[in-house]
Amino acid sequence: MPVQDYIRDRFFPHIWCPGCGHGIVLNGMLKAIEELGLSKNEIVMVSGIGCSSRISGYVDFHTLHTIHGRALAFASGVKMSRPELNLIIPMGDGDALAIGGNHFIHAARRNIDLTAIIMNNRIYGMTGGQFSPLSGHGIKASTAPYSTIDHDFDIMELAKSAGATFAARTTTFHIKEITSIIKKAILHEGFSVVEIMSQCPTYFGKQNKLGNSFEMMELFKKNTRKIGSNKKLENKNLIERGIFIQKELPEYTNEYSKMVKIAMGKKNER
Amino acid sequence: MSKQKKILHKINRNWCKGCGICVHFCPKNVLELDKDDKVFAAHPDDCIFCRMCELRCPDLAIEVISQGNKI
Repeated sequence: MPVQDYIRDRFFPHIWCPGCGHGIVLNGMLKAIEELGLSKNEIVMVSGIGCSSRISGYVDFHTLHTIHGRALAFASGVKMSRPELNLIIPMGDGDALAIGGNHFIHAARRNIDLTAIIMNNRIYGMTGGQFSPLSGHGIKASTAPYSTIDHDFDIMELAKSAGATFAARTTTFHIKEITSIIKKAILHEGFSVVEIMSQCPTYFGKQNKLGNSFEMMELFKKNTRKIGSNKKLENKNLIERGIFIQKELPEYTNEYSKMVKIAMGKKNER
Repeated sequence: MSKQKKILHKINRNWCKGCGICVHFCPKNVLELDKDDKVFAAHPDDCIFCRMCELRCPDLAIEVISQGNKI
């Protein structure tokens, strides 16, 4: 498998639980990178803290495992100094939108060319199953034994209003969609957000009695629909999958290098 | 399609954690878990080479190889 060429196999088998959706995301992402034909030296993967962020240790690219929630800040720095590199930032839902919420909206606002992959398993898995801002109302978690009372974000709406120029959602069940969407997100010039709904059978699944990993994946199949499909007419509660936003706006590092040229020109005139 | 093509399921037993995702989603029930909860190809002749097991495996433990004629 050519996908095997992109991993650090000395760290395998990986740390994730049996049936964890993050492994499926890793699989789909490597497939996307392989299909794009990118070399290992062209990719920088920056991650924060959490189950999902362990992904940067398993891939054989340039990798940075940074502090909790601040992956986008580190990635912005890398992109500013080396704009020719492709930055991929795998994050968990808590890492991206609770601890790193501010970095997320401002990276989106700047439209800097980063690819943020948010693996949304709706729970803090690594620390023992506490509820996250993506858990939603009426969900059981180890810190909400009588169920949560707060509501969740819609990542797509948040990305849209923050100014992201590419936003898409898919699930671990739809593996071919993961690959095609990540490919588009990497090729997109500007800030791209890919939300992948992932399963945590160990905590989220067990505490909410959703069954094991493949039963949770069946739920993704049942509870989602492609944007524009007729299933909306039957059930309005279905979660939409697909590309929500794709538009062209001036990219931050391009604009910055133009600014540098103008400033250098002025300096030489003196 | 040639009937003679042989499909090989290369399974890395050290990486397989026996989650059963591949077994559950195989459209032809080719795969099964053994007594150690590791996957093996119980009916390799039924395989239609859709490779969904390889694509969905969270542990990157399966590789499906088609020998002989390409589909």
